[in-house]
Amino acid sequence: MKCNRMVDMGRRQVLRGGIVGAAGAAAATVLPAEQAKAQGLARVAYPSNRLANIADLAVNEPMDIGYPDADSPGVLIKLGTAVEGGVGPDGDIVAYSVLCPHKGWMLSYSADDKTLNCPGHHSRFDCEAGGQQTWGHATNNLPQFDLRVDDQGDIFVEGVDELIYGRLSNVLES
Amino acid sequence: MAYKRFTDRLPIIPADAKEHNVTCHYCIVGCGYNAYTWPLNKQGGPAPSENKFGQDLSQQQYQDAEAWYTSSMYNVVKQDGKDVHLVVMPDVNCVVNSGLGSIRGARMAENRPSKITGTQQQRLSDPMVWRNGVWQPTSWDDAMDLVARVTARVATEGSEDDLVVSMFDHGGSAGGYENTWGTGKLYFESMKIKNCRIHNRPAYNSEVHSTRDMGVGELNYAYEDYELTDTIFMVGANSMETQTNLYLNHMVPGLRGGARMVVVDPRRTLTVHSSEQYAGPENVLHLAINEGTDMVLFNAILTHIVDNGWVDADFIANSTFQGGEAVAQDSAYPAGLGSLDYAMQTCRTSVEEAAGICGVDAADIIKAGEWIAQPHDDGSRRKCVTCYEKGIIWGNDNYRTIGALVNIALATGNLGREGGGVCRLGGHQEGYYRPGDAHVGRPAEYVDQFLIRGLGGVHHIWACDHYKTTLNAAEFKRVHKRRSDMVKDAIDAAAGGTREQVVDAIVSAINAGGLFVVDVDIIHSQIGQNAHVILPACEANEMNLTSMNGERRLRLSERYMDPFGNSKPDCLIAAEMAQNMERVLRDMGNDAYADQFTGYDWETEEDAFMDGYNAGNPEVTYDRLRAMGNNGVQEPVVGYENGQLVGTERLYTDGTFDRHGRDDGKALFCAAGWRGWQAAGKAREQAAHRFWINNVRANIFWQNQFLDQDNDFVQDRFPYPFIEMNPDDMVDLGLAPGDLIEIINDNGVTQGMAYPVSTAKVGQVAMVFGSPAGSQGNVVNPGVNELVLPDYKHCWGDIRKISDATAETAAISFKSKEIVL
Repeated sequence: MKCNRMVDMGRRQVLRGGIVGAAGAAAATVLPAEQAKAQGLARVAYPSNRLANIADLAVNEPMDIGYPDADSPGVLIKLGTAVEGGVGPDGDIVAYSVLCPHKGWMLSYSADDKTLNCPGHHSRFDCEAGGQQTWGHATNNLPQFDLRVDDQGDIFVEGVDELIYGRLSNVLES
Repeated sequence: MAYKRFTDRLPIIPADAKEHNVTCHYCIVGCGYNAYTWPLNKQGGPAPSENKFGQDLSQQQYQDAEAWYTSSMYNVVKQDGKDVHLVVMPDVNCVVNSGLGSIRGARMAENRPSKITGTQQQRLSDPMVWRNGVWQPTSWDDAMDLVARVTARVATEGSEDDLVVSMFDHGGSAGGYENTWGTGKLYFESMKIKNCRIHNRPAYNSEVHSTRDMGVGELNYAYEDYELTDTIFMVGANSMETQTNLYLNHMVPGLRGGARMVVVDPRRTLTVHSSEQYAGPENVLHLAINEGTDMVLFNAILTHIVDNGWVDADFIANSTFQGGEAVAQDSAYPAGLGSLDYAMQTCRTSVEEAAGICGVDAADIIKAGEWIAQPHDDGSRRKCVTCYEKGIIWGNDNYRTIGALVNIALATGNLGREGGGVCRLGGHQEGYYRPGDAHVGRPAEYVDQFLIRGLGGVHHIWACDHYKTTLNAAEFKRVHKRRSDMVKDAIDAAAGGTREQVVDAIVSAINAGGLFVVDVDIIHSQIGQNAHVILPACEANEMNLTSMNGERRLRLSERYMDPFGNSKPDCLIAAEMAQNMERVLRDMGNDAYADQFTGYDWETEEDAFMDGYNAGNPEVTYDRLRAMGNNGVQEPVVGYENGQLVGTERLYTDGTFDRHGRDDGKALFCAAGWRGWQAAGKAREQAAHRFWINNVRANIFWQNQFLDQDNDFVQDRFPYPFIEMNPDDMVDLGLAPGDLIEIINDNGVTQGMAYPVSTAKVGQVAMVFGSPAGSQGNVVNPGVNELVLPDYKHCWGDIRKISDATAETAAISFKSKEIVL
């Protein structure tokens, strides 16, 4: 799916180690020269990115997005009817990864029945049921992006509920 | 909402992780996977030098990536007593699947028992015996002693015919050459048990007698033949769902390369729809026949081919029997067998007659004949590969219907040649190696009826759950429970007694009509609710296991983790049972009988393999198979050269046929005479009820869901067994999607959830088979063919609503399963 609007990519969040560092400084004086510093977070730190404003969305016309970075394509859709997990005043705005969690083929949107479909091996996912695989080969349902809408109608994406195809960490690590 | 695991990163496989060959232990295709294990406190990194793949994992990987795995492919398991990370992912170098994972196999890791991640805690860890009104965990010694004492008493005070055995005969899962040998040696060599049955049918018999009697083994091709053929002729099968990567990795390349496809199935399956996308609808012919009329269709196609001279005359002359009748019809042969001319006297059917019976256009039958056999414009012969499965194996008149289909392949010379073959597609992998079973007889005993009639006193069950997977299941369950409850009551009444007193009480209950039940399984199954002793088995990869796939590809799937708790391989359980029988029989002073239970001094599954399979196939050893990796070797193995086992790509390339055991090496045609509904009670049931209750499979479930019932991803999708219905039928019955419904007929009742499917025919529903939340077998009548093959597929009933959709069923996707591109 060709991107028709690249998102306003947020800065990757930087690990905050202040508390750990303070505790270390107050501790004993005998320490190894290179003290191990584990990353303190149990989950990867997701950027908060503005995707669009509600006014930019037309009903049942997916907008191409990328999240958590441009190499991970997705779609933002105003479905037109409220769904569980939908955001916005009508409870109908959702966003999904469009890389098939089976083999990473790019999914295409069927406006007729609001599904995302894989041309490679014919898996399909229901955009009105949290990305549940209606039928297919993937062993994950479709990763859904966690959305927030602010008072101005700006739509932000702030997380993912499943591993994105092609990554062993949803936020790529250097 | 759809089930999500909220996994946002996974441990990276380090460069020095251990690697193990794995063949998927689910369906017969046997896709290659690699298992990687490494210590819990180690991890790889994204740099190429830090991970197993030598790739930069800090970057997005793209389509068909070799180095990506997902949360269902990961777990933490015990290996040599220590917890280790585990990843089981598809092998890009395996010729079977070329890196494709299925929705079943790509969850193998997640479906392993783990005390760390909490998966599959339903797995049995210790033997259990019925004591004090419940199942109490105990030691192997205690449990085995009770099994042996009761079994020995019953077998000696009565006869071995009082011991009824249900045992798997397949490969993969907990089957395989090791385990079929272990059980086979116990019941067919140490004993001569004839009241036995197989996991999915009520007798000990072949599912495909007729093709074997015609000389044609049922797995005779190579998967590559789908890529080399002109036409794929699929009958009663839905490979996109059930042999997924055979379809995607071999049939689809054939279709994309110009092959046409003929599909015979009353239902429009996903295979039909997907094939239309891959090949173009003009190259896919779906013959949606009336249920149970396959034989008439095949006879008409054969007649059309013969009358147009599209037969392979040289093949018929050189490789098939020429002298009229070779085998007369009798009680063991439900049809006569002989030459083509002989068979045609019975099979001859006009296209018009078939169109009337089958309910399809005569023009489409003619087109099928053309696609299968009409020579190309340049006069060269057309290649056709024929495949079939439960639609006719579990269908009307199994023997003659399969015979009629094999007739077409023989008449057109599509055997032993590239792009040919006539093969069953299969369910499990194969892995059968047992002593001879001739003592069982033909026809074999209808064991379910034997038990229902109150016969037999001890029932040993090996990885079978007849509650979910037999016919006439409602009656079977009632009787089995009543008889086993008699023994439970006797045990309870003997509480506090010595072992001898408890055994006496059990034997007395058996003599009064009770049944002592021993259940060997990996989980506490539904039929296990009737057991008095439960013995915990392990599965492939918790032990080394050898099996072959649908093109006879033999692999060693390696052990990468420990058996859960105190569970053991079935072959070693059988050995321990034999050793206990020997000990008990000697105590009873019956040395001669005890001597029959010697020869089980196996310490490992490899010992069982060497005692059985290797004794008949001395070239094949674990070390050699391990070296052959996930591509293995196609059976039969004919040698060992240059460090490689030498196999056989396809059978019958020399044009001689031996499966029937005839010295002349000539294949036989089947006189497949149509006789309407063959099994008792079908015609009457059809007339009495509104809906045909087809039983079908879904790609997401493996068989009766024995592991998947504890898999949240699967149960989230289908919390109840789906019953696909035409939307008009649903409206007529006042049903909404997800409503709970029951199916009723004279045989029993079952339940499921209404699932609308626009392509379903009015008056026909398709219920998923073998579900723990609703057994379709409850409503299947006891009708079988002359050789006790069940006709599961033909069942009629009425439908009524139980309740509105539950919160779970209302939330699932009810959209079409057919792709929209």
